[in-house]
Amino acid sequence: MASVVPRPHYPDYSTAAPVNHHFSPYADNGGSIVAIAGDDYVVIGGDTRLSTGFQIYTRQQSKLFSLSKTTVLGCAGCWCDTLTLTRLLSARMQMYEQEHNKVMSTPAAAQMLSTVLYYKRFFPYYISNMLVGLDNDGKGCVYSYDPIGHCERSNYRAGGSAGALLQPLLDNQVGMKNMQNIKDESIPLERALAIIKDVFVSAAERDIYTGDGIHINIITKDGIKSDSFPLRKD
Amino acid sequence: MFNTVDAYSAPPLWKNGPSPCAFHNFPGTNCENNDFTQHSQAPVTTATSVIAFTFNTGVIIGGDLLASYGSLARYRNCPRVMKVNDNIIMGAGGDYADFQYVKDLVDQKIIEEDCLDDGFKLKPRSLYCWLTRIMYNRRSRFDPFWNNFVVGGIQEGLPFLGTVDKLGTAYEDNAICTGYGAHLALPLIRDALEKNPLMSEEEAKALLTKCMEVLFYRDARSYPKYQIGVITDDGVKIEGPLEVSQKWDLAHMIH
Amino acid sequence: MFRNSYDYDVTIWSPQGRLFQVEYAIEAVKFGSAIVGLKNTTDAVLVSLKKASSDLAAFKKKIIEIDEYLGVTYSGLTADAKLLTRFLRNECLSYRYTENVCIPAERLLEKLSRKMHVATQRYDQRPFGVGMLVAGFDSKGPHIYEACPSGTFFNCKAMTLGGRCQSARTYLEKNFSSFPDCNLEEIIKHGLRALQSTLPKNLNLTNQNVSIGVVGADCEFKIFSDEEVYNHLLLIEGENHRPDCDEFDEEDDNNEVS
Repeated sequence: MASVVPRPHYPDYSTAAPVNHHFSPYADNGGSIVAIAGDDYVVIGGDTRLSTGFQIYTRQQSKLFSLSKTTVLGCAGCWCDTLTLTRLLSARMQMYEQEHNKVMSTPAAAQMLSTVLYYKRFFPYYISNMLVGLDNDGKGCVYSYDPIGHCERSNYRAGGSAGALLQPLLDNQVGMKNMQNIKDESIPLERALAIIKDVFVSAAERDIYTGDGIHINIITKDGIKSDSFPLRKD
Repeated sequence: MFNTVDAYSAPPLWKNGPSPCAFHNFPGTNCENNDFTQHSQAPVTTATSVIAFTFNTGVIIGGDLLASYGSLARYRNCPRVMKVNDNIIMGAGGDYADFQYVKDLVDQKIIEEDCLDDGFKLKPRSLYCWLTRIMYNRRSRFDPFWNNFVVGGIQEGLPFLGTVDKLGTAYEDNAICTGYGAHLALPLIRDALEKNPLMSEEEAKALLTKCMEVLFYRDARSYPKYQIGVITDDGVKIEGPLEVSQKWDLAHMIH
Repeated sequence: MFRNSYDYDVTIWSPQGRLFQVEYAIEAVKFGSAIVGLKNTTDAVLVSLKKASSDLAAFKKKIIEIDEYLGVTYSGLTADAKLLTRFLRNECLSYRYTENVCIPAERLLEKLSRKMHVATQRYDQRPFGVGMLVAGFDSKGPHIYEACPSGTFFNCKAMTLGGRCQSARTYLEKNFSSFPDCNLEEIIKHGLRALQSTLPKNLNLTNQNVSIGVVGADCEFKIFSDEEVYNHLLLIEGENHRPDCDEFDEEDDNNEVS
């Protein structure tokens, strides 16, 4: 569409490569999210580094957004999309609450997020989303998404820039995959917290887009508790 | 325009030639009538870094007065640190025309609010949020404002500092630099704030002066004249133009 | 029914300089059940009488949450009130979306009154038949506003609207000077007493027909549960603030209003 305008060629001033300011509406601002669900709790952790390429914007940006007293959303990816999506979701949560006189449940919020993401199918929110909370039976649940709204419920998940790095680790430590003589039982909260801290320390070692610190939200029937933990800052 | 071929008119007489009863297209002047619009794909007249950080009782923002046209130092008196209202100061980098346009929007917003005369004044966090919506909206239309905005102010008695870029990416921090400042000045400021978290206004000004100096020596698009904006509980001060004290006698030792 | 021939359209003035359609709309407010709004220095309180359209029907909701720090109660045409509260909620959401804060009550009222006013200026519309009390809290403290079908709004220390509100008004006028010194519990009691004064002898306040909404410095707008309403009703149990002369007319039977 944009026609190439022929420019005069001055050999003395030529540079190695032509500079082209191409506008991309997306940015990769990094960040990782890890969530683990148990029988009566769910924990979600996100690192606090906001970066673009080799530049760190800020070291203290929480990537967790509480949508209700039992639902938390973790976002990693394009930060401007995250800001917009979370503003939209909190407005939708308020509309639901006023219209139905009750707070949206976590499974309903999970479905809504999927719909909201798919609505932008051809200009997606470039975010790795993770929505956690307690389901209608009080059991912890983790919903993970692709940028265009595919939604899957699971008990543990890693997403964001170190997602591919951490998911196999969680498969081993939480999912007890490919092991023999293992009892199939969910892990206690303390163990989940310890795992989250450990995997983030590992991610910060190998992934430059993850670091500085983590914010953790622990959701039980009593509400949301926050915790934080420092990571390496280089 | 006269060569539009639709279903009702006859086709051109030969390839790229005139239609019957139409003007001839000379090679290279073929002006196609299309519905595409060309959006701004690149900034034109640009301003360089904005330096900002919080101190003990307020926020300080600095930016030089140069608007460059590529590598040409084109306009040398372009202020880009502005007072928004008694609560807010704002600094901008990037395309100067876009900044002036957004500045008009902000000024209009303040005027409309003054007209309401209900005693409520825009707060920095609100302006910051509003700017993210403006910037994100334009990036979503593929027609971005090519700017970095830095918003400083006092909210609920505490210093506020946040920034928005051309995509609508926004964050708050106690030290924010855009452009080359992010590489050259930000480490200095982070270091200084770590050593002295409760910096006084004088110390903050001294640090900012130092940063402008460092930037002037190393950023080729910078300029020795600059402005600083300071906001504290006592109100807003926009100072300048100030001059970078230059010292080139040791330049020959640097390679 | 017709007062004269100058009332068939809202754009027609009477020679006395009155807009009868607007005045009729203000009359519609009085068909609704009574509502009371009052405030002390930290909280704004709404107290409303709920009405059921028949013995077989449930009580209609009279206090509606608009945003974190805003709530309304209304008297008049229920459907009009529904439309307006929807409008208010939308305005709050869009303000919150762009500015990240709850809209100041006065700005919201400015928008509401503009909408209500437009309906009094066009031949193809009718005025809204609803009076509203808005309770809000912002950086300037608690507020009670009254919005009127004519498109005006008033900043009030205390206000009451709706059927038989005259006796509540008398109560409020007698007591409002003490309101700033009251704590939250006392101000709610004043609200309940004012509301009780509007009731006929054979009717009493119960947790079924009373609704209480509160917003304040450290509490987002909240509508009390039946149990909380009951507990507050206990505080004024045995008191009677009805005027001595009982000249109430019969309960009207208009089910469109509440």
